[in-house]
Amino acid sequence: MISYIIRRLLYAILILIGVNLITFFLFFEVNSPDDMARVHLGVKRVTPEAIQKWKEERGYDKPRFHNDAATGARRFTDTLFFEKSIKLFAFEFGRSDQGRDIGYDISTRMWPSLAIALPVFLLGLVAYLTFALTMAFFRATYVDFWGVVACVAMMSISGLFYIIGGQYLIGKLLGIVPISGYDGGTDALKFLVLPVIIGVVAGIGASTRWYRTIFIEEINKDYVRTARAKGLSEPRVLFRHVLQNAMIPILTGVVVVIPLLFMGSLVTEAFFGIPGLGSYTIDAINSQDFAVVRAMVFLGSVLYIIGLILTDISYTLVDPRVRFE
Amino acid sequence: MPSLSLRVVSAAVAVLAGCSGAPWNNPYPAAEDGANILYTSFSERPKHLDPVQSYSENEYVLIANIYQPPLQYHYFKRPYELVPFAATEVPRAQLFDALRRRLPDSADAKDVAYSEYVIRIRPGILYQPHPAFATDEQGRTLYHDLKRGDLSGIHVIGDFKATGTRELVAADYVHQLKRLAHPRLHSPIMQLMGDYIVGLRELAAELAQAEKALPKDGFLDLTRFELAGAQAVDRYTYRVRVRGKYPQFVYWLAMPFFAPIPPESDRFYAQPGMAERNISLDWFPVGTGPYMLTVNNPNRQMVLERNPNYAGEVYPSEGEPGDAEAGLLRDAGKPLPFIDKVVFALEKEQIPYWNKFLQGYYDASGIASDTFDQAVQFSGQGDVTLSEGMQARGIRLQTSVATTVFYLGFNMLDPVLGGYSERARKLRHAISIAVDQEEMISIFRNGRGIAAQGPIPPGIFGYREGKDGINPYVYDWVDGAPRRKSVERAKQLLAEAGYPHGRDAKTGEPLLLNLDTTGTGPDAKARFDWYGKQFEKIGVQLAVRSTDWNRFQEKLRKGNVQMYFLGWNADYPDPENFLFLLHGAQSKVKTSGENASNYANPEFDRLFERMKNMYNGPERQEIIDRMVAIARRDAPWVWSLFPKDYALHHEWVRNRKPNQMANNGLKYQRIDPALRTERRREWNQPVVWPAFALVAVVGLSLVPAVRTYRRRERQTAKA
Amino acid sequence: MPFTPEFLWTDRLIYLLLAVVAVLVWHIRRHEHLRAPWRKVARSASGMSAATVLACFVVIGLLDSVHYRPAIAVKDGKTIYAVEVLSVFDKLATKLRVQKATTYSAPLATHRYSKELIGLPEGRQVRDYPRLKYGGAHLSDPAKEWGLDIARRCLYGLAGGALIWLIVATLLCALLARRGAVDTGRMWRAVWRGETEIPWRAIFLTLAMILAVSGPLVALAAQYHVFGTDKVGQDVFYQALKSIRTGLVIGTLTTLVMLPFALALGVMAGYFKGWVDDAIQYLYTTLSSIPGVLLIAAAVLMMQVWIETHPLWFDTVLARADMRLLALCVILGITSWTGLARLLRGEALKLREMEYIQAAHAFAVPHSRILARHILPNVMHIVLIAMVMDFSGLVLAEAVLSYVGVGVDPTTISFGTMINSARLEMAREPMVWWSLAAAFSFMLLLVLSANLFADAVRDAFDPRIRSAQPARLAARIA
Repeated sequence: MISYIIRRLLYAILILIGVNLITFFLFFEVNSPDDMARVHLGVKRVTPEAIQKWKEERGYDKPRFHNDAATGARRFTDTLFFEKSIKLFAFEFGRSDQGRDIGYDISTRMWPSLAIALPVFLLGLVAYLTFALTMAFFRATYVDFWGVVACVAMMSISGLFYIIGGQYLIGKLLGIVPISGYDGGTDALKFLVLPVIIGVVAGIGASTRWYRTIFIEEINKDYVRTARAKGLSEPRVLFRHVLQNAMIPILTGVVVVIPLLFMGSLVTEAFFGIPGLGSYTIDAINSQDFAVVRAMVFLGSVLYIIGLILTDISYTLVDPRVRFE
Repeated sequence: MPSLSLRVVSAAVAVLAGCSGAPWNNPYPAAEDGANILYTSFSERPKHLDPVQSYSENEYVLIANIYQPPLQYHYFKRPYELVPFAATEVPRAQLFDALRRRLPDSADAKDVAYSEYVIRIRPGILYQPHPAFATDEQGRTLYHDLKRGDLSGIHVIGDFKATGTRELVAADYVHQLKRLAHPRLHSPIMQLMGDYIVGLRELAAELAQAEKALPKDGFLDLTRFELAGAQAVDRYTYRVRVRGKYPQFVYWLAMPFFAPIPPESDRFYAQPGMAERNISLDWFPVGTGPYMLTVNNPNRQMVLERNPNYAGEVYPSEGEPGDAEAGLLRDAGKPLPFIDKVVFALEKEQIPYWNKFLQGYYDASGIASDTFDQAVQFSGQGDVTLSEGMQARGIRLQTSVATTVFYLGFNMLDPVLGGYSERARKLRHAISIAVDQEEMISIFRNGRGIAAQGPIPPGIFGYREGKDGINPYVYDWVDGAPRRKSVERAKQLLAEAGYPHGRDAKTGEPLLLNLDTTGTGPDAKARFDWYGKQFEKIGVQLAVRSTDWNRFQEKLRKGNVQMYFLGWNADYPDPENFLFLLHGAQSKVKTSGENASNYANPEFDRLFERMKNMYNGPERQEIIDRMVAIARRDAPWVWSLFPKDYALHHEWVRNRKPNQMANNGLKYQRIDPALRTERRREWNQPVVWPAFALVAVVGLSLVPAVRTYRRRERQTAKA
Repeated sequence: MPFTPEFLWTDRLIYLLLAVVAVLVWHIRRHEHLRAPWRKVARSASGMSAATVLACFVVIGLLDSVHYRPAIAVKDGKTIYAVEVLSVFDKLATKLRVQKATTYSAPLATHRYSKELIGLPEGRQVRDYPRLKYGGAHLSDPAKEWGLDIARRCLYGLAGGALIWLIVATLLCALLARRGAVDTGRMWRAVWRGETEIPWRAIFLTLAMILAVSGPLVALAAQYHVFGTDKVGQDVFYQALKSIRTGLVIGTLTTLVMLPFALALGVMAGYFKGWVDDAIQYLYTTLSSIPGVLLIAAAVLMMQVWIETHPLWFDTVLARADMRLLALCVILGITSWTGLARLLRGEALKLREMEYIQAAHAFAVPHSRILARHILPNVMHIVLIAMVMDFSGLVLAEAVLSYVGVGVDPTTISFGTMINSARLEMAREPMVWWSLAAAFSFMLLLVLSANLFADAVRDAFDPRIRSAQPARLAARIA
């Protein structure tokens, strides 16, 4: 197990190098450092000298991947790519192109993102499981039928409509919660209600249907029939046996997204004015802050890889037959 | 209408929730209810708050209330008028020739070698409380010699316990002038001011040299350097020497670039560890103005609080005709500012922003917002009214023409559209007629704007009203108002230019024109479609090439465009600041200046050189008239429109008047918090019955299923 | 020639897709074991109803994918063609396309949505709602005639729809009767009672519903703006119909362009194992660990730069917009191929251990042959399922991406651009709701029927495969 994890970590470093290469290529293919300087220096009266200085100060005047002017190993180390990416591996994100401390920004903006993503994830899981169980319980009745119809209809609606509609209905017409905004501490609660509800509702269709399929599959298995034949009541069969066994594919399926909850969601955060990492990313793209984009891509990749490792581990935990050599 | 029982239930819930009557959707802490706080918003984080770098509207909205340049614009008077702010009076230029002999004010620009401005500031002005001034009992500064460890636990300026203050002196203004040349600050006006302020270029070179000798991030002490053109004469007086005759210089004295910065703050912020913690002048300003920035969290909110050390300014007692009638002068003579605290909340999306305004949670329209004009109705004749629903809520609206011009430019270097031949001119005139600005204003700006007749907006010297002011190539004067020439006329011009029915007379190929623009925002597509429609009217095909700002700029620099859309926001209310956009020496392609059309007419350029150094008067007017006539004939732009500023606010906000030159209007405004609390309650009663109804419906729909299930269970049990 | 055909890149790919589908149909018809699962699809009532709706969308999309430039003049024996590229659909909907109002008007309105100063003949001016240039222009007194006119047109539309339905149904029944060698009357009854193997009753009912809605729509669209007009007076109904093609292109071509990579790499990884597997796995783990939106945003911007720097390659506005659409497809393909590749790898791993393949190895059959003859045909059902399952998610993703600003070109009409430009209208007083409502209903219909059809296909081919969470991409962004 330990050696497996060590191997995975080495592999992760390899992947992160690849991620960095791709980010670098894509970003500088789009934006020359000149462009970045122009965006940061503003609109009116920008001179070529100021651009040159801006680049020098932030180290963007070096060649990208290969420095012909240097010798030996410095051909590769004295480049933009090497200088800008090596520190990431120590989680030193450095300063953004606007001069802000990225690490500090991330550490403060992570919590609002999590404050929305985590409740959506947990409440969602509970709600979807409840709905799916209800449908499985009443299978082959009108509840199941219309439930599935409702699920398919709901998953066919674009997430944008949930946000726009929810804000209009709950925030404006009913006036129950603030339309948007955020605050620290317990005051955050009233701002979180709406995005969390919308997040949960938006996911009902796809997830409920998925869980229901798993339950129905499980119900049709032989051991369930045996349990029923032994005279166990339907609720007992459902909760004791089916739910327990169906949780394995469900949990292992969702483990991969848990670390990514930190990253927040882009559209929701923009709409509700939540100062999380999702809006941080969008802002960085819009203002062409490469340092932030790179840090966020790196963070996202790290979290994704952690998710993959967690998935593997969760397999061994729930199913003792799985072993990693 | 909910039934009685449901209303009982909802009332019960309201009581349970402990919100007796207070709105649930209040986004602010309950403790702030009834406080003297103004709520407004910002949509994008300001890039710079350091007055030497800041150069955009959304930054000025903040720092213009924090810093105190020598001069300011009168809040009410139009045309714009400069009045003293920190200074005791508006300085007059003293002109000198090359031999340092004093010249009369009417001297010819050719003879003037330099002008001197002597600025006297009011004694007794104090800085806001700030740790940079903090001293112990012995008068030694507390925070000027910090070690790295001293900064642990400190993330914002408020984390420093002690603060202090100091009197504003003339040397602080001189210090800021030196900062223009600071090699690390990249002031956007360094280039321009280097041409004018004596010795600034030399200082920049000297500082750059000195900076090289320093370690990375080492402190560059500006007090050790001298700026030849700026000296403190005594504690409250300083003198600035400017090359040649430059009447527009006084306008610059009203901009934050010329605000005072205490050398202590430079020393304070330059200490090791500060920059890594985002503690810098760019983030936490140090000013003498009516407000100070106490919270700077651009992820959520920025808060301005009353500067406790601010005193000595009173509400103006004069204004434009009509201001007194509008009740704007009622507070005359009272000390400023009125409001204790101003909260700028981050609001990126328009819909929530607008809805919160309607709910009473924003007091006034914020910085650049397009949704606010949705509420406004166009009633013709250029006046704008609010929709009935808005009026019923007591929302007020004021408009005034902004010192901004929007234009659809032609690239004069383009082989088809450009050039100075009769053919090209006719083509450009045809397009100018076809693009119906009046419709543009009505559809996209809800009447908030007036169609431009030339480059100079109303309210700026040189603008001409009425029949003399119309552009004879596009408009006719009919029944006392300008009327756009007919599409037939445009078609005829197009035919004369060699494109009958929009097709090249020689080859028969249809004429295809390209419009380059930056297309973002929800309105972009509608606007592109609209432009297509305008060109369709005369049978010309339009290709809209939308791209990002960088690419657009690059194309302009390379002259790679046919038509483009741009706007210019005036730095100061002088015709020079508009006409220079057409000056040949400003050509974007040749000198990367601001003349994106690359328009160059020798006669126009010659007149510009004469006009720019003149004081306002009939002679200047005459030259401007000639210049405008030349520009209209050549038509390097489709003169599009001058937008109208508008101020939309609730009835509890008083003393608000749009003023585009002055961004420091916060201090004049007053609010009535009691009225606001009342209105908010009235408008925001929560409606909860639908939530209960939903739960009930879902619950009820399960009942038959449960019954069926029970029956089935019993049957199995029996069997 | 009165026109010159214009082949956009997406058009060509759509034709290619059509050709592939045609070949496949021909191939499947000749092999009983391939036909069996399709029979199962055909027996699903919901699947076939959805297919009927989809077919209507596809017809509109295809009509909108045949482009040409009309001739405008002949000069010196040379025909001059217009710059504007039109599609057959544009031609059919000329009225909708050309008849523009000035600005907003409500669905079926005869007057504008906001008041304006109108000059009366006697020289006086009043503030009132001006009449629309085209919407209901044939009415002399809209206040009185409007309701009646609408009702009459609806009725005509319904009647027309009923007539078409009758003709189609009768013809189909006759055809079925001939093939089944029974008389038409019996066939009718069988269909009516739902006793046929293929659920013809459901198909006919769906068709009836489609015709009952579209008949009146078409009848009304002739004289009114059925879904109102947008800010610059364009017909919203026309925009909604044009969005269909964009949606279909995104939904299908994305899978088509990524298919060769996913197929080749996935199968190779599973079949060869060893370092090939390692390399390919490395590639797709790397790609999928980059947050999707960032990858898409960067790639879309890059594409835009490329288009900007090669303006000569695109002679028309449409060609530029089309290139960006295709680029979006490619980029979405790159971000979504990893899922399919992983599935294929797993399947290939399983297959290579099969006895017949081991036998082929023993006979020294070359790898290329084994891959082509034995592995590929046996993973095709996974490809098919992935293709239909991804469709709806991609259509939804387009809306979100366009909303974020990295979607299709702003001049392209799509659901995303419609929603994007309509979002501010919600805040207007009074509210302008019809653009959003039109985009919502058309999109819902398209995605819903795609989802239902995908379910039927999956159930028929391999009910055990479920792409973990449908609409993954869209969900991740939102």
